[in-house]
Amino acid sequence: MLATWPCPGPAGLLDEAAVAFDRGRAARLLIVPPLFEEMNRTRRFLAEAQRALDAAGIDSFLPDLPGCNESLQAFSAQSLGSWRDAMLAAARHFAATHVLALRGGALVFPTSLPGWVLEPVKGASILRQLLRARVLFAREAGLAEDSAELLEQGRIHGIELTGYRLGSALVEGLEAAVPGGEGPKSSTQRVIHQSELGAGAMWLRSEPGEDPAQSEALARIIAAEIAA
Amino acid sequence: MTHSSDTDTALRSLLSDVLGLSAERAAALTDASGLFGALPELDSMAVAGLLTELEDRFDLVIDDDEVNGDMLGTYGDLLAFVRCKRGEA
Repeated sequence: MLATWPCPGPAGLLDEAAVAFDRGRAARLLIVPPLFEEMNRTRRFLAEAQRALDAAGIDSFLPDLPGCNESLQAFSAQSLGSWRDAMLAAARHFAATHVLALRGGALVFPTSLPGWVLEPVKGASILRQLLRARVLFAREAGLAEDSAELLEQGRIHGIELTGYRLGSALVEGLEAAVPGGEGPKSSTQRVIHQSELGAGAMWLRSEPGEDPAQSEALARIIAAEIAA
Repeated sequence: MTHSSDTDTALRSLLSDVLGLSAERAAALTDASGLFGALPELDSMAVAGLLTELEDRFDLVIDDDEVNGDMLGTYGDLLAFVRCKRGEA
């Protein structure tokens, strides 16, 4: 179930991990996770969706973004570009036929694949929320910080936000990125809205949770539209 | 503009999403129910997420300066804040 794939890194290829359900079937779905804390919050939701997809006859692959989860690469060295290269490499290695990107994953998925994006979010919104969390945290500690000043500092030197050390390239990339904004537009991806899953979003929850009914709803939508 | 009782309903729904509350627990929140400081899961990261959702769902812009214990202390405080921002109070 845990597979590895060769990912481009600063000094050539190195192995990264992926949760894989691979029985060599025709439909092969690459899942690009959300960014930052939302990745942790949706991990069980996605693993459950992968099980449901497996039961529906669809192979699926959930790779780690370099610098995240099990990855040994440095988070501070990552950019939207490095994550895009990585997800493209994973798509090729696993011979993905379709893609599902969640939230900020929509900023880095291989747009050459047909598929779905679940509640895509702009990079600027992600950055704003991270900056706000830092300002609030500082305020609790009795320090006054300013979002605009922090952002300027981040553009030049990089910045630590909610425990993640963002390099300046990642800060700049997030400021400008819109879902599906980079890469070839040879395929289309349908936007899935949270309301189609029939309950509150797992990525909103302050504590990671799971909701098998939602995972099954997501798998059902994908299986039906692959079959159509 | 949405009627103010709809603001109440929408705010309960938002808190239920962020805090993972059941519909029953969200409906049972009173004006005096404590939020920030009372709920350990509502840390600065969760508050930042909550504010982003408030802005999206109620079409508001909230400045960092407006965020403090006064508007987040209890459910009643937060509801009053959102109503005020929406011009309902």
